[in-house]
Amino acid sequence: MIGLEHYMILTTVLFMIGLYGVVVRKNLLMLFFATEIMLNAVNIGLTAISNHYGDLTGQMFAFFIIAIAASEVAIGLGLLIIWFKRHGTIDLDSLQSMKG
Amino acid sequence: MIELIAFYTFAILIIISFVIVVTSKNALYSMSALASGMILISGLFFLLNADFLGAVQLIVYTGAVIALYAFAMIFFDTARDIKESKSSKLIFILTGFSSVLLVLIMTVPLATGNVEALYPIHEGVGNSQDVGMVLFTKYLIPFEVTAVMLLVAMIGGIIMAGKKMDEGIIELKEELKQ
Repeated sequence: MIGLEHYMILTTVLFMIGLYGVVVRKNLLMLFFATEIMLNAVNIGLTAISNHYGDLTGQMFAFFIIAIAASEVAIGLGLLIIWFKRHGTIDLDSLQSMKG
Repeated sequence: MIELIAFYTFAILIIISFVIVVTSKNALYSMSALASGMILISGLFFLLNADFLGAVQLIVYTGAVIALYAFAMIFFDTARDIKESKSSKLIFILTGFSSVLLVLIMTVPLATGNVEALYPIHEGVGNSQDVGMVLFTKYLIPFEVTAVMLLVAMIGGIIMAGKKMDEGIIELKEELKQ
């Protein structure tokens, strides 16, 4: 039987990878990918805790996180397509339109 | 024993594929690695006796989300290499520290306090059945709100992506210049 610690360490590592991606990447599409990684990492943690305590609440939260991720992708990609049509690039640097 | 081998195989493969997602310069490679990572994560869910969640992960993430990314990539020029900002050691340390902090915030109350199962898993009942019983009795209102949220997201996605779909990118640019 695998302990809860293993899963929590995996969650930490995956969340760290996702957070690193959000900080480092300059492409907006890559930022979305990194966000997905973070959401998945949290899902693994919640399911592991749910299994450890024999409680279904963790799994319920994981379901709602998946639903939120799906709607985030739909809205985010719509905005991204509009931005690309207007400016021809999805680099983060092109978002600095308020620079004086 | 087989459980341990499966866990370590899945964990190492997930970490490798997600590192490829974060470090790859090509958006297409990145997306493929993300898809493989999602599939492997569903394996972890099956390992954790969350069968229904594993199936949902396969269908929703790999089937819907990655397919949506793949179709959205038609609009962007993905063959071009992506510019990167300089990654310093400080960023690496800070992200590691903050994720450890977050997981500790989540885990320490569970480890120290005596947690009692609010909706315990029933013996001899399948996971899908168990999930259905809890979802449609205790979590009915969040479930309905989620349905409304998905509808709003769908309408928003259609309106935003479909706006001026018949016009090309060049025409839109000329319109902006005027």
